[in-house]
Amino acid sequence: MSDFIDIGAVNDIPVRAARVVKTAQGCIAVFRTSHDKIFAIDDKCPHKGGPLSNGIQHGESITCPLHNWVFDLNTGVAQGVDEGSVQTYPTKVLDGRILMARAAIYKSVAAE
Amino acid sequence: MAQKLVIIGAGMASGRLIEYLVENDPSAYEITLFNAEPRGNYNRIMLSPVLSGDKTYEDIITHSDEWYAENNVTTYFGEAVTSVDQDAKTVSCASHTVTYDKLVIATGSAPFIIPVPGKELPGVMAYRDLDDVNNMLAACEKANAKAVVIGGGLLGLEAAAGLQEQGMDVTVLHIAPHLMDRQLDPAAGHLLRTELERRDIKIHTEGFTKAILGEDKVDAVLLEDGTVYEADIVVMSAGIRPETRLATDMGLHVERGVVVNDGMQTSVDDIYAVGECIEHREQLYGLVAPLYDQAKVLSENLLGGDAVFAPVEISTKLKVTGCDLFSAGDFAEGEDREEIVFRDAVRGVYKRLILRDDIIIGAVMYGDTADGGWFLQKIKSGEDISEGRDTLIFGPNFAGGAPVDPLAAVAALPLDAEICGCNGVSKGDILAAIKGGADGLDAVKAITKASTSCGTCAGLTAQVVQTGMGDDFVLPEAEIMCKCTDYSHDDVRKLILSKELKSIPAAMQELQWKTSCGCIVCRPALNYYMVCAWPGEYTDDGQSRFINERVHANIQKDGTYSVVPRMFGGITTPDELRAIADAADKYNVPTVKVTGGQRIDLLGIEKEDLPAIWYDLNEAGMVSGQAYAKGLRTVKTCVGSDHCRFGTQDSTGLGIKLEKEMWGAWSPHKFKLAVSGCPRNCAEATCKDLGIVCVDSGYQVLVGGAAGMDLRETELLAQVATEEEAIELSCAFYQLYREGAQYLHRPYKWIAKVGLDWVKEQCVEDLEKRAALAASFRYSQTFYKVDPWKERASKGVDSHEYKPLADFSKVAAE
Ligand code: SRM
Ligand SMILES: Cc1cc2nc3c(=O)[nH]c(=O)nc-3n(C[C@H](O)[C@H](O)[C@H](O)COP(=O)(O)OP(=O)(O)OC[C@H]3O[C@@H](n4cnc5c(N)ncnc54)[C@H](O)[C@@H]3O)c2cc1C
Ligand code: SF4
Ligand code: FES
Repeated sequence: MSDFIDIGAVNDIPVRAARVVKTAQGCIAVFRTSHDKIFAIDDKCPHKGGPLSNGIQHGESITCPLHNWVFDLNTGVAQGVDEGSVQTYPTKVLDGRILMARAAIYKSVAAE
Repeated sequence: MAQKLVIIGAGMASGRLIEYLVENDPSAYEITLFNAEPRGNYNRIMLSPVLSGDKTYEDIITHSDEWYAENNVTTYFGEAVTSVDQDAKTVSCASHTVTYDKLVIATGSAPFIIPVPGKELPGVMAYRDLDDVNNMLAACEKANAKAVVIGGGLLGLEAAAGLQEQGMDVTVLHIAPHLMDRQLDPAAGHLLRTELERRDIKIHTEGFTKAILGEDKVDAVLLEDGTVYEADIVVMSAGIRPETRLATDMGLHVERGVVVNDGMQTSVDDIYAVGECIEHREQLYGLVAPLYDQAKVLSENLLGGDAVFAPVEISTKLKVTGCDLFSAGDFAEGEDREEIVFRDAVRGVYKRLILRDDIIIGAVMYGDTADGGWFLQKIKSGEDISEGRDTLIFGPNFAGGAPVDPLAAVAALPLDAEICGCNGVSKGDILAAIKGGADGLDAVKAITKASTSCGTCAGLTAQVVQTGMGDDFVLPEAEIMCKCTDYSHDDVRKLILSKELKSIPAAMQELQWKTSCGCIVCRPALNYYMVCAWPGEYTDDGQSRFINERVHANIQKDGTYSVVPRMFGGITTPDELRAIADAADKYNVPTVKVTGGQRIDLLGIEKEDLPAIWYDLNEAGMVSGQAYAKGLRTVKTCVGSDHCRFGTQDSTGLGIKLEKEMWGAWSPHKFKLAVSGCPRNCAEATCKDLGIVCVDSGYQVLVGGAAGMDLRETELLAQVATEEEAIELSCAFYQLYREGAQYLHRPYKWIAKVGLDWVKEQCVEDLEKRAALAASFRYSQTFYKVDPWKERASKGVDSHEYKPLADFSKVAAE
């Protein structure tokens, strides 16, 4: 069995937008940057749970829509004075399709 | 004795391979070469000059029949290999079977034909080989022939430019928001587009092909958005796929391409592969430089060596005269990266270097690419550039030359460009005043009256004075918009108009933005300025809006949304109330609240349910209340003369008329109105952005109130006699505010800056101006008075916002 699961096409996410993948353990936000890079992180801000998929993207960062914390999509770490981080998940792009680590989707087994 | 080497495919990669082999050991192999094309190897990358007429096929042949004969290469051209028998070690085409000791697969790529209806019609072609070029040239014979090119990447644009030079009417469809999105960032993409459009090539970005239309040949192309482009030919240039059919039939390990190891061997001994057909460490290749390296590695290994293929950084150029662009490396943004951006708006130059830890990792340039090679070298070497970083972007020949001129955009304005709208002062008037002896800003202002009214052009006026006076003049410090630019909000707004900048990337390039894509401060502001300046022409950029405006509802602390339908003038009906109650039941709305703006708020709705609840509310005749918008909000009213014993006029009726006229408009900040039927002021009109208090003799129009973080009482703009005048004046005032205020300034802040007297001059005293402002507002409303809920609930606009990309929540964990 492959370690990665097809979750949709790159073109299903407009440039600089995000969409969610629902899992039994909550939503994962999947971002497409202006340079077509794909990032996946938990859709839950460590501050007060803001849905990060709803924020404004700039470069490879996302600003939480609730109180403007900023996270680096590469590491999930909060920038500036705020402290906290959000889980990131590996993704791959093959032939215009986005693949996400199986462990992220069924993380009840894999969660740390 | 020489071994038998069979090569399948006579392309750029195998051509090099054969050259290396015969140069190094001509006796090692007896070579047999098959090619599906009815000709030997030619320089495929020079097909574009053949298409445009600058070269002929003969000019681009790399290996002639004589060359193959001299080097003892047996050739079968026009013969596609159909099967390989690995037990017997034979290769077969339709007419021959030959044996091999070693086999090389070099089948290149196949163009990707997008799977739409009509793709088989005569007239649809790819752009891959000489036959395609000949087909295109044949189509150019017809007078006024039209071509649609699907794909605005490297190849598509070369085809488009070539066809255009041959006299065709060309349209390019591209799915991304900017051209060549794999190689360029939005700013460079904008410059490229501008240049191609200047040559009359039509560009349709975000254009998704739905079908190719025609009976027995191509007639037109239909897009998802309903646009139809007539076409005599359609060139598909939507990407390439490694040609792996033969390798798959042979049972070799094939992923996206034929998988090879570092030595170019496939999963089977004695069978090798090179070129675009391969996949090496999950990478595919589409440019010749790495293929030549592969050919060299394979030639050494075929001669007993142990060479290893290690891909290096490569760069891209577009072979279209006059479109000088260069891109290399990784040019995405990121927290761990810094960028150095240089823009020269006058020469149309854009250069951007991407750095990580003082090492250049990527470069994009347009307009002046002379230093591309130098930067590529630095990317490859990974050298530390911290020393000399300040002047790095100017390239190797920098010798203390001129720094970026922040006034370039102003210097480039034509003489008749309007600088001060209030007093009708052009750039030429200001320069004439300086020539005539004005020796500073004050003198210029005194003579021309520039920036003496509302003052929003003060920054621009000063800059024009500086271009006229040079070093004799010190520019006053202006409040800049954000760290991405040297201009203030006012400057940016005026330049968007005078330079006719109609997209965010256009504004960033022409105004010499210091970052490539802006930031969270300037993007929403620019988006609004575009919406206001170019109604009907500008395409809104949802990703430059805050979530509430992007999804047309207010986000709550738990990530759910609230929905507030519009109630014009605060009036509702039993039917509307029933529909609201039904919706509240159906969608399990936890809280239903009467708001401070005289409406009903349904709070706590799941994002996914928004289009459905909007659909139900639409069915009952209700539209979005835009309770989330920097735009027109509520018009509160009191009951007025219809019911109230003190009412002097029909305040409710006027409120409804105002709201019906103004809903849907965007503005720098939210805009709230109220109409009270008498000075008792039950609708609290005196703390609104615009309030009307009815009196016996007419209507007092009051402006500049607020009751939020600042508490302000309105001031009287004017008293008018009729409802029509009150509505006209309200629209004119709103438009003046929309056109003039800085993003996120409520009217009271803007009035404090420009002065109430000036506002009165514009829309009270000057009746012509008032009528013009009201007319501009109404024109804009023809585009924006559209219910965003209906667009999303019934027409599928932005459906990606409300649906998850994938749902695994119901799948049991494994
Ligand atoms: C729903 C409502 C409160 C209520 O339950 O009554 C409300 C709710 C919000 N107000 Fe308000 N305001 C509401 C009437 C008001 C009023 C009173 C009025 O309009 O008559 C004011 C003072 C008047 C004024 O605007 O000057 C008011 C001044 C503000 C401000 C401060 C604005 C300022 O310039 O200082 C904000 C913050 C902002 O806009 O930046 C704000 C922002 C908000 C936001 C949108 C906060 C946010 O960004 O999430 C609240 C959304 C709640 C939600 O989730 O739906 N709200 N807010 C009222 C909706 C009116 C309507 O029907 O559209
Ligand atoms: C118009 C155009 C412009 C380009 N411009 C540039 C550029 O500026 N810079 C750059 O670096 N690259 C450019 N490229 C890309 C470059 O041409 C390719 O990367 C290169 O040609 C790939 O070489 P190859 O040998 O792998 O395949 P090819 O050159 O495609 O050769 C493969 C050959 O194999 C044949 N074949 C396939 N299957 C069989 C079979 N079963 N039996 C027999 N024969 C078979 C095909 O007919 C073809 O002739 C351009 C390409 C095109 C089409
Ligand atoms: S505005 Fe005047 S007339 Fe109307 S309800 Fe209030 S007090 Fe009564
Ligand atoms: S919940 Fe994200 S910043 Fe507060």
